[in-house]
Parts: sequence; C-alpha cells; structure tokens
Amino acid sequence: MRKTDHGLSRRELLKRAGLTGAAAMLPAALSSPTDAAPEAAQAAAAAAIPREPLEALTAAEADVLDAICARLIPTDENGPGAKEARAAHYIDRALAGFLAPSRQAYAAGLADLDRRAVASRGTPFATLAPADQDAVLKEIETTAFFTLVRAHTIQGTFCDPFYGGNANFVGWDLLDYPGVRTIVTADEQKIGITLKPNHKSAYDYAMFNKATAGGHGDHGNEA
Amino acid sequence: MATRLKDTDVVVIGLGAAGGVGVLPIAQAGLDIVALEAGTWLSKKDFAPDELRNNVRDWPMAVQKAQHEIPTQRVLGATLRAPSHPMMNAVGGTSLHYWAQSWRLNPWDFKVVSETTKRYGAARIPKESTVEDWPFGLDELEPFYDRVEHEIGVSGQAGNIRGAIDRRGNIFEGPRSRAFPMPPLRGTGFTEMMASAARSLGWHAFPGPAAINSRTYDGRSACMYHGFCNKGGCHVDAKNSPLVTTIPKAQKTGHLSVVTRAHVTTIEADRNGRVTGVNYLTDGVEYFQPAKVVLLATYTYENTRTLLLSKSPAFPNGLSNNHGQVGRHYFSHNQTAGVTALFPKNLNNWYGLPAQGVAIDDWADDNFDHAGLDFIGGGNLWVFSDRRPIGAASMDTFRRAPAWGSQWKAFIKENADRTNSSYLQKTTLPYADNYLDLDPTVKDPVGNPVCRINATFKENEMKLAAFIQDKMEAWYRAAGAIEIQRQPIVPIMGVTTHAYGGTRMGDNPDTNVVNRWGFSHEAPNLGILGASVMGTSGARNPTLTAQALAWRTAEHLVKNWKAIAS
Repeated sequence: MRKTDHGLSRRELLKRAGLTGAAAMLPAALSSPTDAAPEAAQAAAAAAIPREPLEALTAAEADVLDAICARLIPTDENGPGAKEARAAHYIDRALAGFLAPSRQAYAAGLADLDRRAVASRGTPFATLAPADQDAVLKEIETTAFFTLVRAHTIQGTFCDPFYGGNANFVGWDLLDYPGVRTIVTADEQKIGITLKPNHKSAYDYAMFNKATAGGHGDHGNEA
Repeated sequence: MATRLKDTDVVVIGLGAAGGVGVLPIAQAGLDIVALEAGTWLSKKDFAPDELRNNVRDWPMAVQKAQHEIPTQRVLGATLRAPSHPMMNAVGGTSLHYWAQSWRLNPWDFKVVSETTKRYGAARIPKESTVEDWPFGLDELEPFYDRVEHEIGVSGQAGNIRGAIDRRGNIFEGPRSRAFPMPPLRGTGFTEMMASAARSLGWHAFPGPAAINSRTYDGRSACMYHGFCNKGGCHVDAKNSPLVTTIPKAQKTGHLSVVTRAHVTTIEADRNGRVTGVNYLTDGVEYFQPAKVVLLATYTYENTRTLLLSKSPAFPNGLSNNHGQVGRHYFSHNQTAGVTALFPKNLNNWYGLPAQGVAIDDWADDNFDHAGLDFIGGGNLWVFSDRRPIGAASMDTFRRAPAWGSQWKAFIKENADRTNSSYLQKTTLPYADNYLDLDPTVKDPVGNPVCRINATFKENEMKLAAFIQDKMEAWYRAAGAIEIQRQPIVPIMGVTTHAYGGTRMGDNPDTNVVNRWGFSHEAPNLGILGASVMGTSGARNPTLTAQALAWRTAEHLVKNWKAIAS
C-alpha cells in the first residue's frame, strides 16, 4: 500500500512552495520552445541549467537520473525535453515526500544502470554518448524500475510547475496544452480553434489552498 | 468502556451521496439526527485544478481512513488488493469527486426477470444468476427521482414526459413527470462531431443527465467547464454534492448534528433484534451513540462489512444476517473492456468534464432485440470532453511509435489532443457465487477484517462486453477514427465506484436483506441506504437511483416514525 507522509509540517510544505517559485525563474531564453532553436544550442542551454539543491538523491544518483530523463524525453528538433522541464528535480523532491516509498527502488535502479554502463562500455551512464545511453536503457526497458522512472519523468515534465517540474511550462507547450483555467467558454471548446497558452499554475490562482497540495495532505485527518 | 452519548432519534452512518441526501427529509420533519462521518469538511478552496494531486496521486482519497480498509479480491485462486479505495471519507463522500452523471434506471432494469421471460423465455436468464425483479417498478420510484433531481439540481434533456417522446433526449427512458430542472450541459465541438456520427448510423444521440448546474441554480454557480471534475471537487460549487446541497439545508433546520472523524466500528442490537445505537472511535477513544433508528449509509463494501462485524446474541452471524443474505447478490459494472480511438485531427478536448458528453442508449438494457443473441442486457455508450496533460502524455501510441525517446516525443506532440476513450457501462447480473464477506487475514488498523470481494464476470457479461465494443468501434469509425484500441475483456470484478448488492432490497426475506422500504427484514429499526440495496445495475451510473431510494426510505421513516422507532 502507498505510504503517505503525514509527518510533513505545514511550514515544510510552504517552504517547498517557495522553492517552486524559485525554480520557475529560470533563464528566459529557455521559455520559448516554439522558436525551434537548433538542437546543439538547445542542448548547450540545457547543460547550463544549474541543478537545484538535492532533497533525496546523492549527486551521483542525480547525474544518472538527469541523463535518463534527457533520453526518455530528449531535447531535439521538437524543442525542450525532460531536462529543461527539470523532471529530475521533480523526482528528487518527490522522493523526499510523496514518492518516498520509491526511494530504495531508485537507489538500486540507478546503481544498476551505472554498473551496466561500466560493464558494457567502460564508463558511467551519465558520461556515455546519447546513442550508447539509449542502448543501455533498452536493456532495462522491461524492468519495473524503467516503468517507474518513465512514469515519474512524464509526471515531472507535464505536471503543474508547483511540484518543481514542467519548468517554464515546456511540457505543456510541447503538447500545446493551453493551461489551467478556471473558466472556459463555449468558443474555447470548439474544434479547430487555437488557444494561447496562459502559462498558469493552479496555485497562481489565489483561491486555492496550497497546504492541501502535493498529496501530503494531513488535511483529511484534521479536526 | 465506550462513552455513552446523549440519545437521539436517528443516527446516520456516512454522509455521502446517499446518507447526505437521506438526512434532509428527516431533519425537515423535525426528527433529531446525529450523522457520523469518518472524514472532514472540505470546501472549494481545496479543489485546485491539479492533475498530479487529483488524478495521479489520488488526493484526497489517498489520505483517508478508507485507504486502510481497501477490500481484497479473491480471483481465480489468488488474493489481490487494489492500491486505492474508490470511496472517499468526507462530508459529501465520494460525490465530492464523482462525475455527477445522474441517470434514472430504465423501466426494464426493474423487471429483468419478468420482461426477459416474457420476451425470450425463462431459459435466457443465466442459470446461476440470482437476479430478481425489484419489488416495484420505475413508476413507484419516479416521484423520488423527480424530487431528488430538483433538490440537488440535475441538468438534462428529457426524452419522455408522461409518454410524449422528445427525440432530443433519451427516447428509451421511462416516463418522467416533468422536464429536468435545468437544460443539459452545453455540447462541444467534439461531442457535436460524435452526435452527428451517431445519427449517420441511425442511432439516437443525446446529452446525458448531470448533477451539475448548466445555469445558476438554487444560489449556486453555473459550471465553468474548466476540466478538473474528473476525480476533483468543484471550485465553484456548480457540481452537486450533498456537501453543498442537501446537508446545509438539513443543518438549517437545527435537527442535524454532524460528527466528523467518527470511525464507526459496529452497530449494537438488543436481544429482541432491535438496533440500539452505534459504536465509533475518534482518535482511538470509544463512543456509543444511542438512537431509536439507525440508517447505515457507508458504501456498498462497508455496508456489508459493518453488518458482518456487528455480531450479537440476536444476530450471531452479523446484524440482519440470520438468513445468510448479507454480502450476497454482489455485482459491479464491468468498467473494463473499453475502446480508445485515434483521430487524424485535434479534438480540442483539453477542457470540459466527464459529464459533458453524448450518450447512446440504443444498445442498453433491452432496447434492442436479443432474439438472435446469446446474452441479455446491454450497454450505454458514452463519450465526453476530458483531457489533462499527464494523462495525454501517457496515451497509448497505437503501435505507431516506441514508448520513449525522440520518436515518442514527436508522436505525443502530434497526437496529444487526438485520442478519445469511451466509457461503456454494461449490465452485470448477480450470481450465486459472487458475494462479499470478511477477509480471513487482512485487517484494518483497529483490528477488524476488511471486506473481501469474491466475484468474477460470467459468460453473459463477457459476451455483452464484446458486443458493446463492436458498437463503440463502429461509432468511432463513423466519426473518422483512424485507429482503434480495444481493452481486453477480463473476468476480474475489482473494487469499483459502481458496486451493488450485499444488502439487496426485496419482499422475500430468504433472498433479501431489506424490505421494499429499505428497512431490514430482521432488525425493524435498521434502514440501509446506498447502491447496496439495488438488485440490478442497469447500464448507467448508480448514484441518482441510490439517492432516490434514500429519499424514499427516509420519507417512509418519517411517515411511519412511531411504528418503526418503538
């Protein structure tokens, strides 16, 4: 059964909300995925993204995870991928919270991937060329860990930015998702129209309660 | 030793869709009610449009008491357990995050045995099925459907008002006494496209009924169509839940006292077989709430479990179970065996809600001739506008792309807004060997066994599922779908929001737990509310029927107070 971390304090939750705000202020150059920059420039920009302070993973583990995310949803001619979305940051933070029960699976899975890279290609996973990384990932494609990390990479790329992923809304822009709205008109539900993305998190709307976000919710057990 | 609380007229266990509605006529009649609810009060500020929290992480269900009480499933020799419980503990219960589809059953659903026998012969009813006609027909329940539709606010297009057929609505529905209190929710580009495809097949498309305001109603806002109704609460209170409709009204009478965080364990009965009150825990402290009448309204699985846990000298095998019927005649909708389509253009389904859809009833119930077929019953076909980004990115790739990498990314970039999944609700019959009991080993944190589901879909359900998939595929193809994916048809009847039976209603105490009024055949001052009293499923969502029955049971209690309470 899924464990929920009732232990997390309200203060901690708000602190995390604050961190999200910081993560959202990444360089503006990364926020225009529709201007399809050449792949090399995209990759260079991605490499320049500073890593947020880690909350669950070790730096070595985070290197492997960053590299996996970047191959699952690559930065390419279709624009930014999981790297720019900061999916690995989402996962790291979640592993210290809602996804804490998966922490051990990550420790084992990331170590295993690195061992495979060293065994078959003589170098850690993160330093392999993308094609070699893909080959090693193919070896573990049917494992439970791969299924887990794929699901979490999708979450980190396409979730509400409140959770530390989908930075600068690059995930939502990839899908042409027009964004969280609180009112939608009849015209906005017609086929053939194009809605301008509003780049809003649910929690940019003042009416919603951040304290119950994140699935940490001890709320249901309050008096 | 439990603290004995002050006596009350009626104690209601569970303030969800059924209990939350049932309290209103009782409070309005001036009887004092104590309502025990395991959850707490939530409000619209808690219902952020947050896909990760609501749809991926199952908040707020995941943090509830119910999560420690998930039923187990004994299936084909193995014991399984779902990762989450579809029921929710809160004032308003699961209706806080339900889709709010608010259907009446069709006339056939009340008379499956007699109508099938009349039209095709008794041999067409599967031998192992324990299905019975209801003790009354749709006409008896109609006034209660009507009352509840107006109390909670249901939007829809009538198809049959006192026998006058209106082709804009469901031509197969039974006669209703008047129109819906509100017009239907608006259509979308996608639902209009699907309705037009259905008409090209000669089928009757219509907007489904929803307990969601299509315009301002009873002081509550109209729907904003923002797209987070699916497993989320309403941020403007446009969606009904008793939390925002019947419970506040009942509180205004001064006769309803709501106790939250009350974890009910057992119902007490005396040596004469009358119930005397309810035991519950709050933060591990024991309380006993005495009452003249007990109404059990906890959800199908928990209604059976609570009765089986409540043993006494008068009821050694569990409350109201001296005929061995508690837990029997369990069934659920076969919500598997879906059909998904890929279209060659964007559908613009990013907003909207599961109740904003278009329905086909041509293949439901006995609305078509089964003479040449090898099953009875049918399915309601339903498509709707509903999409969110994590779900969209997790879409099936229809064998057109790998599961990750650049090709996958290109595929979802192109197709994220081009798929649609149908919701196909199908008749399920009760069978002698499909039942609920207590798990022999798995217990909740206070040491009580959880409910166990012993049930599979049988031949009738499996054949019907394949038939309905054919119809759904034809509908999608007519609308221009370029790929179709059918989910497998499997016999596993898992834990679900559409769970029925266990305390079936009927005149015969040898085969039913409650009488035609919803009161126990064995413990006369115990009433049971919820879909657990329903003996057939129809091919549509159960909530409105459970609510109409709850209102009827409550009204019966009020009218017969002296006889039932003493």
